[in-house]
Formats: sequence, C-alpha cells, structure tokens
Amino acid sequence: MDAGMEVRGQGGRQVVFATRGLTKVYLTGDVEIHALRGVDMELYAGELTVMLGASGSGKSTLLNILGGLDSATDGQVLYGEQDLVRAGDRVLTAFRRDHVGFVFQFYNLISSLTARENVAIVTEISRNPMTPEDALALVGLEKRMDHFPSQLSGGEQQRVAIARAIAKQPAVLLCDEPTGALDSKTGVQVLEAIEHVNRELDTTTAVITHNVVIAEMADRVIRLSDGLVSDVHVNERRRPPSELSW
Amino acid sequence: MRTIHRKLLRDLTELRGQVAAIAVVIAAGVMMLIIAVTTLDAISLTKERFYRDSAFADVFVDLKRAPEGLIQRLVEIPGVNQVETRVKAPVRMEVPEYENPVRGEIISIPDGRQPTLNRLYLREGFLPEAGRWDQVAISEPFSQAHGLRAGDTLTVIIRGRLETLTVTGVVLSPEYVYQLGPADLLPDYERFGVLWMNRRALANAFGMDGAFNNVVLTLRAGVREEPVIDALDQLLGPYGGIGAHGRDDQPSHFFLSMELDQLRVMAVILPTIFLAVSAFLLNVLMGRIIRIQRQQVAVLKAFGYGNRDMAIHYGLLTGLIVLVGSALGTGLGAWAADALAAVYMEYFRFPEMSFRLQPRVILLAVGVAGAAAAVGTARAVYGAVRLPPAEAMRPPAPEHFRQGWLERSRLGALLDQPTRIIVRNLSRHRYKAGLSVLGIGLSAALLLLGSYQFGAVTQMIDVQYRLVQKMDINLHFTDPTPERALAELRVMPGVQYVEGFRNVPVRLASGRHDYRTTILGMDARPGLYGLIDADYRSVRLPPDGLVLTDYLAGHLGVRPGDRVQVEIMEGHRRTVGVEVAATVSEPIGVSAYMERRALNRLMREGPAITGTWLLTDAGQHPDLFDRLWEVPRVASIGLILDAESAIRTYIEDTVLIFMAVLLVLAGSIAFAVVYNNARIAFAERARELATLRVLGFTRAEIAWILIGELVLLTLLAIPVGWLVGTGFALLLNEAMSMDMFRLPFLITPRTYAFAAAGVLLATALSVVLIGHRLRRLDMVSALKTVE
Repeated sequence: MDAGMEVRGQGGRQVVFATRGLTKVYLTGDVEIHALRGVDMELYAGELTVMLGASGSGKSTLLNILGGLDSATDGQVLYGEQDLVRAGDRVLTAFRRDHVGFVFQFYNLISSLTARENVAIVTEISRNPMTPEDALALVGLEKRMDHFPSQLSGGEQQRVAIARAIAKQPAVLLCDEPTGALDSKTGVQVLEAIEHVNRELDTTTAVITHNVVIAEMADRVIRLSDGLVSDVHVNERRRPPSELSW
Repeated sequence: MRTIHRKLLRDLTELRGQVAAIAVVIAAGVMMLIIAVTTLDAISLTKERFYRDSAFADVFVDLKRAPEGLIQRLVEIPGVNQVETRVKAPVRMEVPEYENPVRGEIISIPDGRQPTLNRLYLREGFLPEAGRWDQVAISEPFSQAHGLRAGDTLTVIIRGRLETLTVTGVVLSPEYVYQLGPADLLPDYERFGVLWMNRRALANAFGMDGAFNNVVLTLRAGVREEPVIDALDQLLGPYGGIGAHGRDDQPSHFFLSMELDQLRVMAVILPTIFLAVSAFLLNVLMGRIIRIQRQQVAVLKAFGYGNRDMAIHYGLLTGLIVLVGSALGTGLGAWAADALAAVYMEYFRFPEMSFRLQPRVILLAVGVAGAAAAVGTARAVYGAVRLPPAEAMRPPAPEHFRQGWLERSRLGALLDQPTRIIVRNLSRHRYKAGLSVLGIGLSAALLLLGSYQFGAVTQMIDVQYRLVQKMDINLHFTDPTPERALAELRVMPGVQYVEGFRNVPVRLASGRHDYRTTILGMDARPGLYGLIDADYRSVRLPPDGLVLTDYLAGHLGVRPGDRVQVEIMEGHRRTVGVEVAATVSEPIGVSAYMERRALNRLMREGPAITGTWLLTDAGQHPDLFDRLWEVPRVASIGLILDAESAIRTYIEDTVLIFMAVLLVLAGSIAFAVVYNNARIAFAERARELATLRVLGFTRAEIAWILIGELVLLTLLAIPVGWLVGTGFALLLNEAMSMDMFRLPFLITPRTYAFAAAGVLLATALSVVLIGHRLRRLDMVSALKTVE
C-alpha cells in the first residue's frame, strides 16, 4: 500500500490522513458508549499536530482507529487513497508494519527484552528501518541500550518506546498521552525527543493529550469534545518543549 | 537470532516455574506410555528370542511309561516336525546347609549333549559329560537360592534311593522361564529346583531303561495343534498318557502369557488415562499462559506483526515446552522401563533381556502431547489476536459481578470483604474455576488410581488366606491314597487337625470354551478350606454336582443348572457331563470343587485322597517335616504362610511397583497443576492485590484472597477427584481380572483420604511458593504498569 501522495488539502499541503464522518460505538457491558460521533479531520505531511481533549472526548479512540489498532463503526479513514475502515486484517497489519509508529501512555515495552531488542523486534520486520542503535541515539539513550525496561526510569522507557516507534521510519508517528505517566521534567524530555524526530525525519506526528500546555509545541491543534472536533487552531509558532512546563 | 526468538527464550526463562510444571505433566504422560509399552515389548521380545533360540516345543505330554520304539509312531503323526522323548522324575533333595525339604524335578537330556528341543542355555560350567552317571546341571534360580555352583554336590532321592550328584553347570530352560513346582502358584526357588541329567543315568535310576514318560515336539509351520494333540492322546492313552497340551497349558508359558496379558492391559489403559489427563491439563495450562500475554500480543500486533507471526511465535513456545517434556518423559520412561523389566526378569528367567525403545511409541506420545498443547495454545492465541490491538491493550472493563445466593444468605453476612472477593471471583469465572477444579480433580483421580491397588491387594490376600485357605500345611501325595493315611498323619508331632482332599486334573468344556484346571474334592463341610460368595459369606458344598469359581463359570459361559463336559486327565481318560451346582467367589486361582465322595464316584474309585491339609503347631515343624519326609508317598509339603508371603512379595514386586511409579507421576502432575493454577491466579490478581495493599489491607489479608481461593478450589476438586478416580479404578479393575488374581474392587477410606491429602499437600507447597511472591509484591510498580 502506498500513501497517495497526490492528495492535497487546503493551502496545497499534502494530506496524510483524512477522516470523514467517523463514528465509533462501544459496548462496554450493557452500556453503549458513543466515543466518536462523526469526526472530520486531516493530518498533513510533516506536521506536528496535537489533539487536545478531556478524558472521554474520544481522542484515544480516534488515534487507535487512525493507526489501524481499532475498527470504526462507520465513516471513512483515508490514508492517502486507502480507506482503512473497510480494510481487512492483512491490510491493516501491513499498514501498521510499514507506515505507522506508536507511542503509548504506558510505554508497553516488552519486559523480557532490552531497550535495543525492544527496538530491534520492530526493525526486523520493517522494510527500511534505521538501526536500533541510531534510533536510540535519536532519543538520547545510546548509553542505556542494553538495559531491561525494569532498569529504566519511566521517562527512559517512554523514550525507548519513541525509538521503537520511529526506527522503522514510519510515515506517521502516533503518540497517545506520551507524557501521561510522567512528571513534568521527564515529560519535557520525552516531548523533546518527539519534536526532534519530527524535525529531523520530517515524520508526520500526532500527539494526543489532555494537557493544554503541550498544545503549544504543535503546528496545529485539534480540539475534541464529546466525540466531535470542536475546534482547529493553527499556532503561529511552535514553542520548543524546553520552554514548556506544567 | 531474531529478537522475537530471543523474547521466546526469555519468556521461557521467566516462566520457568510454570514451564517446568507443564513439562512435568507432559513428561508424566509420555513416561507412562513408554514404561508400559517398553516393558511389555522388552519381555515379549526376550521371550520370543529365547523360545526361538532354544527351540521351545509346541506340544507337551506326560505319560506313565512307553517303550522307546514308539518314537517312530510319534514322528509319523501328520504335522509333527521334531520329537524328543524324555524321562522326567520327581525327586526330593537334600541341599547342604538347608533345613527344609526341597522338591525337584529331574529331566533327561541326551547323553553328553544338548537336547534337540528345549535346549538349555548354559550360564556357567558345562552339561553332564557323556557316560557320566553322577552329574547334573541345575536351574539358575535354584542355584542362586542355595548358592550352588559348578563342582558342588547334592543329595537326591530318586525312587527312594539316595544318589550323590555333582553339579556341572547352571542353566536356563524355556520350559522353566517361570520356575514353578507342581501345584504351586508362585515360584519358590529354595524349595523347588529343576535338574538335568544324562538320559541313561536317569532312566536307570528311575527304572525307565528303554522307555520314556514325557514327550515334547514341535509342529510344522502352519499346522494346528488340536489334531496333533488328538493323535498323541490316542497313541499314548494306552501308555498312561494324561493328555497332551499345547504351550497355552504349559505352566511356565501360561504364567508368562498371563503376565504379558496383564501388562498389555496396563499398557493400554494407564497411558490412555494418563495421556488424556495430561492432554487436558496441557490444553488448559497453555491457554492460560498465553492469555496472560494478551497485552504483549497486542503490542506486537500494533507494530505490524501479523496473526501468522503470532501463531508461529507461540507455536514455538509450546513446541519447546512439549519438546522438553517429551525428552524428559522419554528418558525417564526408558530408564524406569529398564528397571521394571529387570524386576520381571527376577520372576521370569531369561538368558538376557532384549530392550529397545520403539520410535513409534515415542512419536505417538509426543504427538498426543503436542496436539493437546497445540489446541490449548491455538485457542488462546486466537483469542488474543482476534481482538483489535487497541482493545487488547485496554485494561478490561470491570467485569459483571453480582451478589450470589451465598452472600444473600444469612451465612453471607458473616463473610468479610476478602472472602467476598474470593466467592465473587469464583462465581464470576465459573468456567475457568470449573476447569481448575476439574484439573485438580483429575490429578487427585490419578493419585487414587495409583494407590487403590495397595488396599485392594491386601484385601485380596487377606480373603484368600483367612477365609479360603485356612490350613497351615498343604501335603500332596504322589498317587491317590486310601483314606487311612489320614490316621497316620494325625499322630505325627504337632499335628492338631487333618483333612483329606482329592485333586483331579481335568479339562472343563462348554460349547467352544474350555479350561484346564483341577477339581478339588473335599469334605461336605471342610474345616480348613472355605468356599465363599461375593460378599464373603460361606457357601455350602452340595452333595453332588460341580462348584465353579465365578471367574471360571464366566469363562465357560455357564450358570448353575448348566452342564459342563469334564475330561478327566488322569488314569483312564474319560469325558463325563456334570451339572454345575453353584459358583463361588474367591480372589485367587481358578478351581472347581466337588464333594469328595461324589468326585470319588466320578473317578470310579473308593474313598481315595491325593493330599491333606493340616493344622499344626509351628513349634514342632522341624520334627514334623522329618517325619513327613520319611513317608514315600509325600510329593510335596507346602507351607501356607510361606505361600502367602511369596504372593505378597510377588505382587509388590510387579504390579505394585508399577503402581508406585504411577503414583509418583500422579503426585508430580498434582503438584504441577496446583502450582500452575496458583501462579496464574497470582499473575491475574497481582494488580488487584497491590491496590488492596495501597488501601491498607495487611499482607495476611491479601494473601488470604489468593490462598483462600486456591484452598477453596482444591476442596471443591477433591470430591470430583474421588468420583473420577473411582471410575478410573473401576475401569482398570475390570480390565485386569486375570486367571490367577481377581482384585476385589475395593477403595478404602484410607485411599480416598490419601488422594485428598495428596492434592492438599500440593496446594500447601504451592501456597508456600506463592507466599514468597506475595511478600515481594511491589505496590507501586504493580499499579503503574498496565500489564
């Protein structure tokens, strides 16, 4: 699958992702949860987008669907010209393998593998990866490569997760509350790593967070509430993460 | 090495406790199959080889006396291949430094050379030399029992004449693989020996010059034995032939075959039960191990690993565990089978043991284990990959709980919160809890299966020697003897009570079924022999008609009121129809009974007896034996106490050793299952328990949640185990009812208690091991990571 590089949005920028009328309904036990109620949004190539929303606004659901980790109830997710909502498991697996990098709130490292191996397990199945060493150097962990997750701090673990996500040189990097489990200072280091990757590799990046401060590092901020896009705001200037604190 | 494979190895290391436990379950199943099949195979193979190498005869016949010239007529019987005529003489012996009477049998061999049939295997020394009148070769078990070597001498009484014979060699014979004296059920190597002597010397001593009293022959390939036996009986009848028989009725071969039949049954039933149980447990255990890794599966999928990759990954994990378990089971199984076959070799004397491991057995065992593991793994992996990764990574939504009847009841009000958690956990996960209960229950069932025979064997022997055979000495005469012999015996030293019996060798037939046994004729109300029914109540001997053991009646397909054909295999051979009057249930032997006078009438003789039972004062035994020894008619003196202990030893050595192995395996499985269950329960609850610790619960309180659950599961499993185990035992018991022994189906309260104690012990051990982990439970880390 190739991201259709010809798709252009407003201002002639290349659109990597576009959703149209995206809805998602969960059944949790007996309760029907309408997580997304018709979301329309785009992600542009090379852009760092922050999706901002309170808990329960549907932002994680949106990210999971964009990344092919979850299925939608209705609507469209266009990755280039490919509609992910109608794609089967094989297409989604290939999509995740070759195009997307994920960073999760709780890192989700494999505890039995070292930092280097946690990255290698992904690079080994990728088409055009960087070396695990390079990926870890990008997030400043070249000295801790042979440590197991249990021997790393939370911030370090999250940076390993970022290295793991970007090592395959994905077209998009999706980060779900990457600082959610970290203190402010460590969180800034993680954001710096994300920002660095976005700048150096020109990777389209989406970060979801409930933390308004983080929105300041974005090119564009999409606000979600109650399963809908409530506002899209373009920042005049991206503030470097080092200037942020919360 | 690919990183995912490195993860595999690290996972195996991390899960080593559980992996070891699962491997033990596999190993136990595989081991059971290998032991059973390999032991059976080793004995069969050894038997076949010895029979072939020694040219073991196909047909055997004893007679009074026939001239050597008759051999030409024997050779001419259609279908006969090779014939050997022999002289066989019952003897009494005096062995240096041995007080008790020793019986023996001397068999002739051609002067100075090996016989054509039933060739001897020389273990030591050489065969008697040509022309020597004073040399014998002796059987190996007899030589070992008395420490007799080549060059030693023996005193033998042949027809009342004392001969001093020199031992030239120690030998083994296919006729005496199971070296049994006449009228014995079990070998007694001290009191019964077999000797081989030059034909001319023996014939001379036994008054058989130019004659023979025993024939063995082989058949041409593809020839049935019945017509040959009929022809032999016709030819030898006038010479006092007492009925030719095939190998099936040759005592050594008969017992060997019976033992092999028994092993064959065990080789099918026990491994089937074991493999089935381990397959089930394996399925459950593998499923659980993989379910704990659900999150990791989701992460790997999120990064683009496909379902196939996951299937291969966990397939390898399972494969490695199966491989380890199978290798362990095969190694231990081969070792145990070798040891067990050696025990059998103690009773069955072969020159050497042929032992081989059959690859197809190993493949079968590994195949079953592998398939069971694969099914468990596949279900769990499928469950893990089926979910979209995002959903698999999310902590599961709080599950549905509601108050069960227990909590709403008055008893429920007394439950504290941790106990409520236990009750709700179990009632919420009924299927899972059910599987745990069944798993633990099955291991309890195996424990029961492995231990019930110990109680049943004791019961069987107690019944036989307290209720059936109540005499303490058993005398057999060489020939039918007038009743007045009883009076002579009554006045011998230490004799308190004497009862005579008449024993007649017969072949009983009904329809297509027949059976060679003896009819025991005894007094209408014998004091020293009990006839009992299935409930151990005494059965009266009817004045006429035949009483059969129920096993024999079943074999012949007859019931009281039916008639059976009785072919008398003694003196003038005749066949008469006799009505079956009743059946009795005794656990050992396959005898038929008649009132003694009725049997005498059937034999067309006066009130004759062929043996007596005595009740004696054990303190005067040496004097008594000295006196008995002087009575020429006494062919054998049997001490019942010795017979009883011999039979106990025999069963302990063979069946019960097998059962002990089974018990060890069952114990390992029980521990493996309970421990695994505990580990998984811990993994599933760690987060919840850490939360409770944070909320201020003490270690003891949270330990109770976990331990209480384990104990409760075990308690629920015990009755399940009793029930299933009783079923297993019944199955085995039915299948193992053999000619010689019929184990009563009896499961003692002790057996039930033992099975329960076994799983409780396994639970206690698991709790100790888990307690260690509970102490190290780190509240903060358990709460921080979603795992």
